[in-house]
Amino acid sequence: MNVDIGTLLLESGQKLEAITLAYETWGHLNAKKSNAVLVCHALTGDAHVTGDTPSYQGWWETFVGPGKALDTDRYFVICSNVLGGCKGSTGPGSINPATEEPYGLTFPVITIADMVNAQKKLIATLEIEKLCMVIGGSMGGMQALEWAISYPDQVERCVPIASTSHLSSQALAFDAVGRHAIVNDPAWKEGHYYGANSPEKGLAIARMIGHITYLSDESMDIKFGRRLQKKQEYGYDFTTDFQVESYLKYQGDKFVNRFDANSYLYITKAISYYDLEKKYGSLEAALAHVQAKFLVISISSDWLYPPRQSKEMVKTLMKLNKEVTYCNLESPYGHDAFLIENPQMASLVTQFLEHS
Amino acid sequence: MDLDYSQRIIDCIDPHSKVLDLGCGDGALLHAMAQQKQVTCYGIEIDFENILACVGRGISVFQGDINEGLHEFSNHSYDYVILSHTLQQIHKPLFVISEMLRVGKKAIVSFPNFGYWSIRLQLLLRGKTPKSKSLPYEWYDTPNIRVLTIQDFKAMCKREGIYARNLGNESNWLSEKGVFLLEKFRR
Repeated sequence: MNVDIGTLLLESGQKLEAITLAYETWGHLNAKKSNAVLVCHALTGDAHVTGDTPSYQGWWETFVGPGKALDTDRYFVICSNVLGGCKGSTGPGSINPATEEPYGLTFPVITIADMVNAQKKLIATLEIEKLCMVIGGSMGGMQALEWAISYPDQVERCVPIASTSHLSSQALAFDAVGRHAIVNDPAWKEGHYYGANSPEKGLAIARMIGHITYLSDESMDIKFGRRLQKKQEYGYDFTTDFQVESYLKYQGDKFVNRFDANSYLYITKAISYYDLEKKYGSLEAALAHVQAKFLVISISSDWLYPPRQSKEMVKTLMKLNKEVTYCNLESPYGHDAFLIENPQMASLVTQFLEHS
Repeated sequence: MDLDYSQRIIDCIDPHSKVLDLGCGDGALLHAMAQQKQVTCYGIEIDFENILACVGRGISVFQGDINEGLHEFSNHSYDYVILSHTLQQIHKPLFVISEMLRVGKKAIVSFPNFGYWSIRLQLLLRGKTPKSKSLPYEWYDTPNIRVLTIQDFKAMCKREGIYARNLGNESNWLSEKGVFLLEKFRR
């Protein structure tokens, strides 16, 4: 579904007009409108969290659905494609109504707060005043935090998973290299590639780099080790030798069919800019007025959004006497673990929704 | 949860204080305390099933290992830091107690008393490692890595300059558990 949310004044001071958000919902809003849950997606996700229609698989099938941890038989679940995205919401690939051309780089740089302010308008059009929970992993967790901070009286529970109040220098660096790969692809043409060849090579490299950061040393060793791809001996040439090489290439090639390079630039920029300490002066000042109950979850093997960053937020919330539970899930799968079926994460969120 | 000893801990807590319970288990003590004394409370617990039980009770809990200390918490940020029935499982008890008195204005420690008469008799008469309601484990399959008596604990507090108020029975012979309210002497 799509909704027109009109004009938004962006954090950068610019105005963006005629914004559309693509969204999906599952389950039914109850009479008191007290069972609405907003799911926020990560960098390359979209509004399709779960379910068979459209035909491709949802990105959080393991977690959201009838009888699952986030039970769509009981909760009214909403997810929208982020502002700046390429899955139906207004982004750099959309047509600028003023010029009737794709925005390209004339699209304004957006932030996590802008994404959340756009979602706020969607929630208003659905006539929901309070969200019983906002939940998301990675960049989705940043949005959940932003919701609890920007709209404190409208969020009852906040669940940031494998997330942070700001990226580490190492994570900033990986995002920068990804953007570098895109803007140095000759096909990128300063972002004006729509209608022609898109910078697929650059985007595929960006995805390959990203993918490494979503896994862990241990999980890569288990999954690929040093095993060779369809050969018994090294090729002694520059074709694909290792399974891990072949896997990354496959992931890169698959990705370019479903994602827009400019959206990748804009969204990683929004993630990189996210910094609650910078915006509010301190984490304490940022979280001072939140009213939501928090469940903060980190992944033991996540080095991209390391547990220490989640702990830092939790420590601050505890200092502020806020209700907060912290759990560092033991998992070898790295940052991506939140997307993989995890019974512990499921039972935690279920209990948290029922009893807090 | 040993209701009698838990109640002694709850009774000595001022209403509306801020409490941190180290090794809070399933959150039963904090839950009772929150209901009786309207405290703002947090547990620290390492075991996932216990964390899940705390969440099920609506108790805020932080997953962490208390053996690693409380470096995430600032000085005197809590009115009370509690270590209930966990001291015997701690690798460096002096370190943890000093951390408790750094983070908390006061600390409460309870532990199974190895000086209890039935424990002494078991060792004397049977020659086997004693067991009790508080110490139910076989020697080869126990989370407890040390045993101590009320006398031992008092002596340690004296040596460390910690004021220890006995919240339980004064008698080392007759107490199955030791329960103490601790404060650091300040100059």
